[in-house]
Amino acid sequence: MATSVLDHAPAAHAEKSGLWSWLTTVDHKKIGIMYGASAFLFFLIGGIEALLIRVQLAKPDNNFLSPELYNQLFTMHGTSMIFLAVMPLSAMYFNFFIPLHIGARDVAFPRLNAFSLWVFILGGLFLNASFLFGAAPNGGWFGYANLSSKQYSPGLNMDFWVIGLQVLGVASLAAGVNFFVTILNLRAPGMSLMRMPMFVWMSFITQVLVLLSFPVITVALILLMFDRLFGTHFYVPSGGGDPLFWQHLFWVFGHPEVYILILPSFGIISEILPVFSRKPLFGYAAMVFSGCFIAFLGFGVWSHHMFATGMGPVADTVFSLMTMLIAIPTGVKIFNWLGTTWGGSLQFRTPFYFAMGFIAMFIMGGLSGVMHSTAPADLQQTDSYFVVAHFHYVLFGGAIFALTAGAYYWWPKMFGRLLDEGLGKLHFWLMLIGFNLTFFPMHIVGLHGMPRRVYTYPAGLGFEAMNQLETVGAFVLALSILVFMVNVAKTWAAPATAPADPWNGATLEWAIPSPPPEYNFAEIPAVHGRDAYWEMKRGGAPALRQYTGPGEHIHLPNPSFWPLLAAVGVLAVFVALMLHDRTGPLGIVAAVSLLFLSIYNWAFEPAH
Amino acid sequence: MAHADAHAMHPETNTGIDNRKLAIWTFIGSECLFFASLISTYLVYKGKSLVGPFPKDIFEIPLVTFGTALLLFSSLFVVLALNGAERGKRGQMLGWLFMTILCGVFFAGMQVYEFTHFVHKGLTLQGNLFGATFFTLTGFHGTHVTLGVVWLATVFIEALRGRVTPEKAINLEIAALYWHFVDVVWIVIFPVVYLMN
Repeated sequence: MATSVLDHAPAAHAEKSGLWSWLTTVDHKKIGIMYGASAFLFFLIGGIEALLIRVQLAKPDNNFLSPELYNQLFTMHGTSMIFLAVMPLSAMYFNFFIPLHIGARDVAFPRLNAFSLWVFILGGLFLNASFLFGAAPNGGWFGYANLSSKQYSPGLNMDFWVIGLQVLGVASLAAGVNFFVTILNLRAPGMSLMRMPMFVWMSFITQVLVLLSFPVITVALILLMFDRLFGTHFYVPSGGGDPLFWQHLFWVFGHPEVYILILPSFGIISEILPVFSRKPLFGYAAMVFSGCFIAFLGFGVWSHHMFATGMGPVADTVFSLMTMLIAIPTGVKIFNWLGTTWGGSLQFRTPFYFAMGFIAMFIMGGLSGVMHSTAPADLQQTDSYFVVAHFHYVLFGGAIFALTAGAYYWWPKMFGRLLDEGLGKLHFWLMLIGFNLTFFPMHIVGLHGMPRRVYTYPAGLGFEAMNQLETVGAFVLALSILVFMVNVAKTWAAPATAPADPWNGATLEWAIPSPPPEYNFAEIPAVHGRDAYWEMKRGGAPALRQYTGPGEHIHLPNPSFWPLLAAVGVLAVFVALMLHDRTGPLGIVAAVSLLFLSIYNWAFEPAH
Repeated sequence: MAHADAHAMHPETNTGIDNRKLAIWTFIGSECLFFASLISTYLVYKGKSLVGPFPKDIFEIPLVTFGTALLLFSSLFVVLALNGAERGKRGQMLGWLFMTILCGVFFAGMQVYEFTHFVHKGLTLQGNLFGATFFTLTGFHGTHVTLGVVWLATVFIEALRGRVTPEKAINLEIAALYWHFVDVVWIVIFPVVYLMN
């Protein structure tokens, strides 16, 4: 049997630990864990911001938060949850599982991978450091010009936002190149594109979206940065600039970004449902092509975020129709997920609960999304709590439910410990109830006209009861996250005894020990069909050889601290730009030198 | 064991394309969107400047045509250098690589001269939208040229030390791919910015 482990740790590569090994690691699994840990921390910070917002809105005319602080909190909540929580939590799974799914020993560029991680962490810390100066970003997560221009945001607040996002973009682009090449080039023999696990497919499409959309926001941010730092007039009407140009550039990025957030979750759900239904994924090819179609259409719908700007009937109609079209491939996916479970031998374990929760909640978010695609309806809904309800149903009800499902599913593989089922199900029910209590009433108050992003509301408009309910719901949600943390702590205290394949998994990560050895596969697997590990267990493919005999040496990439130093260099360059009028050209020269020094040492050190 | 090592260090890829080469192609694909956004910005704001100087007051087509020619020829030169590297012809590689770098340096120098000249004539980042979009677009292209020169010069020094052997010609090839891209972008910028007036 494939799981008969013999001697899987050659002496030359005994497990290394200690701080230095984490700072210099190029192991995709350790990098994945660090992505997850830092992203979860940012998720908690973003969650606390949300709770503060809910306390402020619990009653009318409240003055728990000042309007200024409220602006900072909702801006940082949105920015954090998108760029510092959902994206890097997906990156955790990309890192840990793409190489395992395709039967590889690491990603194509292990040091570049470490670089992405460190740039992300430094960018996230930089954004949050703004709180220490009392100058957290306060112009909303989409930083509309000219609200974000120097004239209306004179403080450092939006400088932190522009620079922080620019730095995070570097991390995403570097990771995008890395995973694009990894998936195309490093697949095990026999793993053709149409045999890849669906998670790998959806991750691949996500990387394409990252590669094509992040350059656009990079330019948008450069222009805003020039306006703010060097006095240009790209978005300043008094100099002939057009604030609407920002909206176009931002949403050309921003809408694909929505799919960057949700496609990895589609992948996770497509892995979990077959395993817990004991059936292969229904309509594999349809799933692949609907994913591609969603990504393609995703570049043609950006202006549905801008119906209220008055683009005229032709543009409104075209963007409405394109937006409605996206419902078709998304619907295909939902029916395929249901088809996967249909007639299956369902295993009601925690990952399956969350996967089912995902489907239900995501459908609700999708339906309110189709409502927005109708321009006249959108004019009523835009900038109201109805929109807030909609995107929380897709991003929390969708992405966070799926990422949580992934956590329960993959925890034993990542850490060698199964999470507690009882606490897991408690987590699920609390989250489902808390989530709907928080966000469902927002549909109603939104349609009744409660505007988003306003720090309070007057009494007597009929918003009181719903808002109280939402605040209670938010605390139930927080409690559910607390239950998850208790679950982690409780199981962490127990020894790491999870079996290699606790769920009867379909994909290759379950064919190796939990947690996997540093080199992943003693022998690169031979793939003979979709669901490669099921194929092996069924006897349709040779089982995996687990041990390396004495003297056999698996060559792994060397650890390196240059990626970390290069990441510091990237942040330093941007900070020097931000403070150029204080530090002068010397700061920029020093930062660029540090970056070049690191890159040169990186390029000339032996990789193996 | 030696064989296993060699296999681990140079695994065959599914596409048959070297990882680094595929990465550069991927990066170039991404960069296309970067320059497309900058060029769009230039076009969106074309003719929207409230005050001068305007393009017709400022451009000197002969100088920039000469720079364009240098950049175009440098793409040919780097192909010849790569051909030398792949066939182990050291002289051919070093000579043409040197010529490539020289063209790159002259182009960057031309741009520095042009920028200084334009500033003297009153075109600045802050003055009007034409200045802002012009300097941003051509400035980012110039930065790419400069980085390309630094990269090619690094390969040149490595080649001088005898480290760019035919088996390692890929090190020159990926730099050359990037260089071609920078060149192609200029082929778009030159007519859009300088000729379409």
